[in-house]
Amino acid sequence: MATDTSGEHISPDKLEAAGMCVDSNGGAIGMPQLCPDWMGNQIFWLVITLVVIFLILSRVALPRIAAILAERQGTITNDLAEAENLKARAVEAEDAYNQALADARTEALRIAAEAKAEIQAELNVAIEKADAEIAAKAAESEKAIAGIRAGALDSIREVATDTAAEIVGALGGKSDASAIADAVEDRMKG
Amino acid sequence: MADEAHGAADEGGLVFHPMDQFIVKPLFGGDTVGLFTVTNVTLWMALAVLAIFALLVISTSKRAIVPGRGQSIAELAYGFIYKMVEDVAGKDATPYFPYIMTLFMFIVCSNFLGLLPMSFTTTSHIAVTAIMAMAVFLTVTVLGFVKHGVGFLSLFWISAAPLPLRPVLALIEIISYFVRPISHSIRLAGNMMAGHAVIKVFAGFAAVTLIAPVSVLAITAIYALEVLVSFIQAYVFAILTCVYLKDALHPHH
Repeated sequence: MATDTSGEHISPDKLEAAGMCVDSNGGAIGMPQLCPDWMGNQIFWLVITLVVIFLILSRVALPRIAAILAERQGTITNDLAEAENLKARAVEAEDAYNQALADARTEALRIAAEAKAEIQAELNVAIEKADAEIAAKAAESEKAIAGIRAGALDSIREVATDTAAEIVGALGGKSDASAIADAVEDRMKG
Repeated sequence: MADEAHGAADEGGLVFHPMDQFIVKPLFGGDTVGLFTVTNVTLWMALAVLAIFALLVISTSKRAIVPGRGQSIAELAYGFIYKMVEDVAGKDATPYFPYIMTLFMFIVCSNFLGLLPMSFTTTSHIAVTAIMAMAVFLTVTVLGFVKHGVGFLSLFWISAAPLPLRPVLALIEIISYFVRPISHSIRLAGNMMAGHAVIKVFAGFAAVTLIAPVSVLAITAIYALEVLVSFIQAYVFAILTCVYLKDALHPHH
């Protein structure tokens, strides 16, 4: 397409044949892409450009970006691990709290039972003491009652003996003290 | 193409110079383009280098754990090509990742810089793309023989096919193998050149008042398409490089 520029123009053919790719007006003759004069220059600069780009990329850009990506990946992994760790610690703390609660409850129950037992023991002692006191008091009272009763019998015997002696004397009899005493004794037993 | 354009210019007074944008010019005077002459090729390749430097080095200078915009783009480009190399060419191809990244970044930056008005598209020149394609072709071929010796030739001998078919397939495979650098380079240069030339042709039509609105709309549409093509062609070039690399590393079907 580009090489057969035979047409109205007279000059391009000759110019191109002479190795020119541009006409007298500075316009392109055919395809500039196929102009052999320029290829060496393009290839030279292309090689330099590619080498420069390759050096920039392989020495600076790519290792840096790879490091950034790796660092980010590392940070994310670390953060995730830390989150996992924190979560585990939270669970641990909750367990410890529950354990402490359970311990405290058991302790409280134990202390309550102990206190109860102590109080029971004290109570038992007090009851025992009170019982003993009551028994002692009762015995004392019984004794007093017995004493009072004995006193009462003696008084009755005395009164009866005296009365009997008076009665016998009033009836004109001779009172025999021992006989009256026996008789009173007899009656008292009655 | 140039013929028709110049012909039209002669007939209707329209000025079409769709190919002038591809002319290599010395930057600092002079007419001759020697091997070491500083030309517009030098300028736009240097700008591509600067763009890559800004994109991948300056933007990542903070090394932020939470990336900013520039660093995100750099990481995205890195991840995109790295994943492509890994997925297409295999895990053992990752040592060649910097080479493929170099090609991809150069092509994508050159393509996008070429979309700037008045710019020069280095990747529209077959000399540029052919050198890159030949470099890939030669590297891959040498690598294949170095890694597998004569076993690399099993790439052409498809053991899965029935025996009578194999010589025919081998012939086809060999032809397609040697066509690779040509298709690889012409695909990129052709796409870039065609799009830019078409934009220039529509720009020439804009001189006629009657069709100017259509022409401007068409330029806009083609420009949008070219933005897409610029990226896709860079991607295609890189992924084909990965495919060829895979053949060199794993020639057995």
